[in-house]
Amino acid sequence: MRPVVNLLRLRGVSILQQLRLEEALLRADPGNWCILNDGSATAAIVLGISGKSGELVHEEAAAAAGLPLIKRFSGGGTVVVDADTLFATIIMNAAALPDVECYPRPVMRWSELFYTPIFAPYGDFSLREHDYAFGERKFGGNAQAITKQRWLHHTSLLWDFRDVHMRLLKHPSKAPEYRAGRNHLEFVCRLRDYLPARELVFDGTAQALRTAGFAIKEVGLEEAGAALDRDYLRSTRVLEPG
Amino acid sequence: MALRKLASQFACTTGLRVGISPALQACRESIWRSFATVSEDRKYAASHEWAKVDGDIATIGISDFAQAELGDIVYVEMPEVGSQMESGAVFGVVESVKAASDVYSPVSGEVVEFNEKLVEEPGSVNKDPFGEGWMVKLRLSDPSQVDSLMDAKAYEQKCASDDH
Repeated sequence: MRPVVNLLRLRGVSILQQLRLEEALLRADPGNWCILNDGSATAAIVLGISGKSGELVHEEAAAAAGLPLIKRFSGGGTVVVDADTLFATIIMNAAALPDVECYPRPVMRWSELFYTPIFAPYGDFSLREHDYAFGERKFGGNAQAITKQRWLHHTSLLWDFRDVHMRLLKHPSKAPEYRAGRNHLEFVCRLRDYLPARELVFDGTAQALRTAGFAIKEVGLEEAGAALDRDYLRSTRVLEPG
Repeated sequence: MALRKLASQFACTTGLRVGISPALQACRESIWRSFATVSEDRKYAASHEWAKVDGDIATIGISDFAQAELGDIVYVEMPEVGSQMESGAVFGVVESVKAASDVYSPVSGEVVEFNEKLVEEPGSVNKDPFGEGWMVKLRLSDPSQVDSLMDAKAYEQKCASDDH
């Protein structure tokens, strides 16, 4: 019997709501999940669990632009998200993929293999030092969270972006080598310049799950949201300004 | 730890570096795993945390096996002094390879100290997981819990069976 993945398709759900839901499903639900969100209704800057906003963000400019700073529960770097960011999240019990050890690097390697059939037809796709890239240009950031033999891998994909938002991010002290000192606008690229339609990302992800041997069960937000009422460790939060 | 350093140097000099290829990276990790050290004077949880007891105080950290699997640790989140920890519950988080991984307390007790060195030097967990990489100290609320942890030999066998 094929293991089941609950597939939740969203459109325009805010990144804060999405992250809170993901944290609940990872920590307080036993199932496997795939969450696909077509854009965040509100633009925001999202930092990883160790991110220091003063070092990573032009805070005053971000506040003036009305972008909240959100600290998420997973690792990784800082991203600016908006209605043209596509989100894909996989939450998995280690037992559902017994050949993928429940540690960061095996999960990351699995993700490259998982996403290759979706993106490789459109460009020189690879996982470059933990970023999804076409050639030397990043189009997707990802991050992970691991707890009690369950792992979460989530991805933010730049279908399009506003240059003025990207300028709100500072050059991080720890950058991947392939960035080679480039400023952010020279480092990233837009998926819309490579793929003909954003739906290809979502349909491709669902198909990739089927190819990986999972049975897909489409669920709604209300069913998924039941996890938010359970008892679990919550760490996703909006950072106070200043 | 000396064996691990030798293995790491071997991996590097034979080109088994991050980014070469997924297959070679997996091979590198397998080599590291084979040389994971186990400290004899500790007890171990199945989730790869260790506890060293001195009187009613348990010092807690993660094992050499765990730090090798996690990769280069860039951040360690630890509980505040005075916090109550339950056996098996999450007491902190370590970040490595863009992943936030929970770490679990092998015993119950009150946090009396955390390793401030890890705030500025989280890589100490990788370099010296049984020494300078310790994470927290608890005043035990139920010392008998220590008896249910694995000794070094049992933990070593568990690590060997986890390596597949």
